[in-house]
Amino acid sequence: MTFATFTFYAFAAIMIFAGLRVITTRNPVHAALWLVLSFFTAAGIWLLLQAEFLAIALVLVYVGAVMVLFLFVVMMLDVNFDRLRQNFRSYIPVGVLVGMLVLLEMALVIVSSAIGVKDTLPQAPTGSNTKALGVLIYVDYVYPFEIAAVVLLVAIIAAIALTHRTRKESKYQVPGDQVKVRRADRVRIVAMPVEKQNR
Amino acid sequence: MSIFAAPTLAHYLVLGAILFAISIAGIFLNRRNVIIVLMAIELMLLAVNLNFVAFSRYLGDMSGQVFVFFILTVAAAESAIGLAILVLLFRNVGSIDVEDLGTLKG
Repeated sequence: MTFATFTFYAFAAIMIFAGLRVITTRNPVHAALWLVLSFFTAAGIWLLLQAEFLAIALVLVYVGAVMVLFLFVVMMLDVNFDRLRQNFRSYIPVGVLVGMLVLLEMALVIVSSAIGVKDTLPQAPTGSNTKALGVLIYVDYVYPFEIAAVVLLVAIIAAIALTHRTRKESKYQVPGDQVKVRRADRVRIVAMPVEKQNR
Repeated sequence: MSIFAAPTLAHYLVLGAILFAISIAGIFLNRRNVIIVLMAIELMLLAVNLNFVAFSRYLGDMSGQVFVFFILTVAAAESAIGLAILVLLFRNVGSIDVEDLGTLKG
């Protein structure tokens, strides 16, 4: 057994265990941390598959950003999580049944050699994985890449717009109103008798 | 051929399938808790990405990795908006239980 083989089985075992803990643990904070572990091991497996850039991106984007967001939200919400697990045991049979069914179907697909991919590993790509991926993204997939950027922008704006609360006590400027203002809004001409001059 | 043979394409696909099945079971087990359901969806996307990367390696085609890149982008956007909706939901309803969300009568 070579080191790469050992690494694959070790990472696979950790990943499956962490996945099982994500769906069975009682505390959502622990579930998020187990999810972090499964993302880390997935990054290790991707390194084995020589997708170095994506492995690093997975750690940076998911473990660094998305999971921190999950932890923020879980800790911010003051929810009684025990109440959410009330019927947990009664859901076990149907959950396991559906999971097994899906697994069986996919196993049938994989076992039947209908995939048509040779099991021999092609020549390992030489050179930088990041460079090859970059050339592909910026040459062949430029427009999808731009659309991905727009998707991220939409996500930013939507998330802020959804959760933003205007506070009543805070004072801020509204530039639109400032530009729109007319003289009549600010200056009031009061008609009053002129001061007596001939006394 | 021993049990611990050197990993082939099928090994990676089986690992992805197991992970996908675990997350589907997780959605059914935790169907009242929206946060765990979101985490299970993330796990599902991870399983799909694993398949993409494995096929990319064994077919010698880098395009699979580009698609993983796009899936990561969309998944990050999805979880950000999903969590924002979750926060909004908790603010308005005071609960994240799926059973308390029947006000739309869908």
